[in-house]
Amino acid sequence: MQQRIVGTSSVRKEGAAKVCGTARYIDDMALPGMLYGATVRSSIPRGRITKIEFDLEIPWHEFTIVTAADIPGSNSIALVQNDWPCLAEKMVNHFEEPILLLAHPDCHLLPQAVSSVRIEYEPLPSIHSIAESERQHPVVWGTDNILKSYLMEKGDVDAAWAHADYIIEGEYETGAQEHLYIENNGVIADYSEDAGVTVWGSMQCPFYVHKSLMHLMALPEDKVRVIQVETGGAFGGKEDYPSMIAAHAALLARKAARPIKLVYDRAEDMAATTKRHPSRTRHRTAVAKDGTLLAAEIDLALDGGAYSTLSSTVLSRATIHAGGCYYWPSLRVRAHAFATNTPPHGAFRGFGAPQSLFAIERHMDRIAAAIGFTPEEVRRKNFLRPGLTTATGQEIPPGVDLDHLLTRALEASSYHEKKLRFEQENPRRALKKGIGIAAFLHGAGFTGSGERRMRSIASMDATPEGNLRVLVSSTEFGQGTNTILCQIAAEALGIDYDAVCMAPPDTHVVPNSGPTVASRTAMVVGKLVASAAVEIKRILIDSGYLHEPYITADFQQAASAYVKDRGSLCAEGHYQAPPNVYWDDDTYHGEAYGAYAWAVYVAEVAVDTVDYHVSVDDFVAVQEVGRVINPVLATGQVEGGIAQGIGYALYEKVVWQNGHMSNNQMTNYIIVTSQDIPPIHVYFEEVPYSYGAFGAKGLGELPIDGPAPAILNAVSHATIEDFCAIPLLPEDVMAKLVRSRFQVGEEVSA
Amino acid sequence: MRACPEHFNLVSSGSLSSVLGMLASDRGKWLPIAGGTEIMVLFSAGKLQQRNLINLWNLAELREIRVNEDTVSIGGGCTFSQIRSHPVIAAEFPLLALAAGWIGGVANQNRATIAGNLANASPAADSPPALLACEAEIELISARGTRRLPYTQCHLGYKRTVIAPDELIYAIQLPRKFSGWCTYARKVGTRNAQAISKVCIAAQAKIDFGRIQTIRIGMGSIAPIPLQLSQIEQLLAGCPIDRIPLVESRKLLDTAITPIDDIRSTKTYRRQVAGNLLEECLRTLAGTGA
Amino acid sequence: MTNQRITMTVNGVDRTIEAYPMERLLDVLREKLQLTGTKEGCGEGECGACSVLLNGELVNSCLVPVAQAANSRVITIEGLGSPANLDPVQEAFLRYGGSQCGMCTPGMIVAAKYLLNHNPHPSPEEIREGLSGNLCRCTGYMRIFEAVEMASRAQRGKSAT
Repeated sequence: MQQRIVGTSSVRKEGAAKVCGTARYIDDMALPGMLYGATVRSSIPRGRITKIEFDLEIPWHEFTIVTAADIPGSNSIALVQNDWPCLAEKMVNHFEEPILLLAHPDCHLLPQAVSSVRIEYEPLPSIHSIAESERQHPVVWGTDNILKSYLMEKGDVDAAWAHADYIIEGEYETGAQEHLYIENNGVIADYSEDAGVTVWGSMQCPFYVHKSLMHLMALPEDKVRVIQVETGGAFGGKEDYPSMIAAHAALLARKAARPIKLVYDRAEDMAATTKRHPSRTRHRTAVAKDGTLLAAEIDLALDGGAYSTLSSTVLSRATIHAGGCYYWPSLRVRAHAFATNTPPHGAFRGFGAPQSLFAIERHMDRIAAAIGFTPEEVRRKNFLRPGLTTATGQEIPPGVDLDHLLTRALEASSYHEKKLRFEQENPRRALKKGIGIAAFLHGAGFTGSGERRMRSIASMDATPEGNLRVLVSSTEFGQGTNTILCQIAAEALGIDYDAVCMAPPDTHVVPNSGPTVASRTAMVVGKLVASAAVEIKRILIDSGYLHEPYITADFQQAASAYVKDRGSLCAEGHYQAPPNVYWDDDTYHGEAYGAYAWAVYVAEVAVDTVDYHVSVDDFVAVQEVGRVINPVLATGQVEGGIAQGIGYALYEKVVWQNGHMSNNQMTNYIIVTSQDIPPIHVYFEEVPYSYGAFGAKGLGELPIDGPAPAILNAVSHATIEDFCAIPLLPEDVMAKLVRSRFQVGEEVSA
Repeated sequence: MRACPEHFNLVSSGSLSSVLGMLASDRGKWLPIAGGTEIMVLFSAGKLQQRNLINLWNLAELREIRVNEDTVSIGGGCTFSQIRSHPVIAAEFPLLALAAGWIGGVANQNRATIAGNLANASPAADSPPALLACEAEIELISARGTRRLPYTQCHLGYKRTVIAPDELIYAIQLPRKFSGWCTYARKVGTRNAQAISKVCIAAQAKIDFGRIQTIRIGMGSIAPIPLQLSQIEQLLAGCPIDRIPLVESRKLLDTAITPIDDIRSTKTYRRQVAGNLLEECLRTLAGTGA
Repeated sequence: MTNQRITMTVNGVDRTIEAYPMERLLDVLREKLQLTGTKEGCGEGECGACSVLLNGELVNSCLVPVAQAANSRVITIEGLGSPANLDPVQEAFLRYGGSQCGMCTPGMIVAAKYLLNHNPHPSPEEIREGLSGNLCRCTGYMRIFEAVEMASRAQRGKSAT
């Protein structure tokens, strides 16, 4: 069916406010009588708090001081297991753990006050790596340091080794990654006995914060109100942590009986808030002479940090994506999330998949090299195809065509010509060029039965003027939620894009359409919005207020008249699982995701043998994401994800010192600038998915999965060395290249 | 922002002579601030120790680039944008023009001054290698008068210089003698822009009749101070360009430098890359001089 | 220290404020003049979110003590255009996807404006260099480059007619 609005690049709904600087972020707001909050944090990785002293030169009577004793409800941030304390009471388990809160009318006096709270500890031994956590010496969480485990099995793995022509092993590591949203975490909280607590903030998931505050403040649902304000980037980093900072501000507001602004500066945000989980993945693969993958044994380990937070769900996605986009007759994934004494690692775009896909895609190139195939051949031989099943037994639907994506990506990147040319030229050149592939998939929406349990609702209503509003808790933080949901609504209503707007993301106003995570907004929430829109239209037509055919003005008049006559016009869309979808949480078997997005990325790199710097010279990204709702926004999502992926692969290193991030400044945590980014060529294939809004699947996370393996494959191609860990910094490249082929020459004439 | 502005004093006194008078009357009390690209970072982080600052920004006497017959004189308050876009500097001191472009982004180049870059005395500063290679002299001024010394004598140790508490860098003097010299410069940073150097080098050589007549090489981030590689310069003086002793040069470099591990890189990397850069430098100079 | 009276011309309007001389221009703009379009991203001159024009020069306002801006002309994002009357650079950012989360956007647009003021038709390399002091975490910069190119082209179209 021809679509008028879906598939066009409607301009960003809040775009004019953003380009003019009038969009209001949390730090742009103030309430009358507002105080500023600050957090006193632990300065050791693990230990018992023995004493808290307040230096005498500070006029403490001017300050509001909150400790764990001031928490009316439960001292934890409600996520999955509720083991994450809001304020440490007796023990600290990582650096920068919140212990005490301060507030004062003058924000400039807070830093000195924070450093004038002296906390004494009895230090306890701490652990800072997966390997240390595995040894359980000491045990720092639960009985065995294991935050969560999964075992996913298909076929008879143990029987496969005897028949294998080749057995290929590999170990792959990925580092922590900082979100580095340009806007730091921040909230404003207000409290009164009558209204309860109200929080405005930078966040992805207002209802997560809502749930956590009910539990912490011991308040009923209607006495907690959470309002998302313009949010300056999130990438997963504002999925879990806003519940913490909102809790702190709410406690201060309650105690001070004044509104509290609590906004982190960059150094605090980087040191104290979550990062992407570091990982270690071990592959052992049985392969037949003809290149067929027979079996895999995959051991996957994530560093979860000091508390479980979201590690179980991150690990789940990592587990399911561990086999990549290939058909495995048999496969076993053992997955563990380990506790260490670093700040908890959390959600970050990709949510476990980038770690797993880095490992499998690097491993595929090593398999190819070991059996004498090209990277292209070994992939084509084993791609998942319609009718085959994934590791969880999910059947691949018609339309999925990885061969075509690969062909298109190779053509767009002149892969074959370049590969040959680089191999010929490299021996004579100081700048070694390489080209690498990554093929991958990303499941859209919550894993397994998550969407069914969530039972999301979206609604639409009409204002007395006849403007149509989308009511969802799905938030805008740059990815385009406002725009695409309005496009979807306008399309379904049959009216202009400009006649649809977003209701404020306020838990007192909007229904719970679920958190804004997991690439679920376009596919899942979009579908709910579309059905609410269809319902609105039906109501107006059935009640005789609207007659087809109509134009936007007719629709608005009809809606306005309906509201005037009947009080309100609204409709809800409720989540309904697609038919024939089953998931077994115990065996990890069934339809893990409603749909997968598929992609092939090709990276071209140059490795400089003078300074060992790797530059990405060109990047091709071909993906199949279902219907593309807004091409400009979708392209921007892919390009932005690739830039983060390049950083993940080559620049972004969290330097840990005893569990503390020591490079917690933008100057020293290196993301790409406009001068580090290659030309990025983005291509979409569109195979509509029947259960997504107008055929949409998930897109937001997909592009972070591919760059790191494609780049490392390219670097390995360029240097004929195996690089299996990211971030791959020049120092790491040097370590392999020096004393090998590229040793400096003798006295050579110019 | 971790500082309390109320606790800091910033005085703008309008003229160079009154600034010098204040510096003289209360030696050590005042911290001069120009473009603020270093001091304001410390200030915001709550790490600025000095509470009394004296404003040098836009003191007209410090912002001039004067082209004399034998020298180009760059006022200490000149920004790197000014330096980059000056036609005579671009033509005769391309190393310095290039190094000016290495600094931060455009906004930082619009504020950062050459005197600030030198007085801050970071071994990782971008302009010193070029100044060393250009045989720069620095002219210091105080209420006591002026003095002029080779830039090679400016740095005493990590973040320590010969500049007295009552002195300012009045100007950088560059001799106009490098016309026809071959140049090479390269910064190895953490990325291509907005980067702090891990190693950087600037060099130029006068090559006549197939021989290096004179060569000047400056390097940064490989010792507590920016380093002029004089021993290597001596070794290479007079060398035929088809017989440059690369191995010997690298050996001398290895003994001359004392790189360290820090948050941005390792001493092993810095040592290796310094050698590679030197080698690339010598090959390039020999190639362009051939 | 005591407050000083400081006068500046901000977006064409003379403004007098009381401030300590070491207050950051960024904070004065945001808190004393309610011009919150200028953002703080890092507080150390690294990200460019606080970019403004000071006497026509692009600067990071987090690194400018307000005393140094006394008697100066300051242009912030609010001085370029409004939703009803967008500057061509703002228009191009809006149309071509140059803004996602919007936090780097004001600084990025001010930097782009500065670039085009000095170089109306920059090459792709000049655009990359001109914006290299402004970090963006959302876009991967491609849409921003395109927006600047289109704004430059629009200017060319205008000057040709």
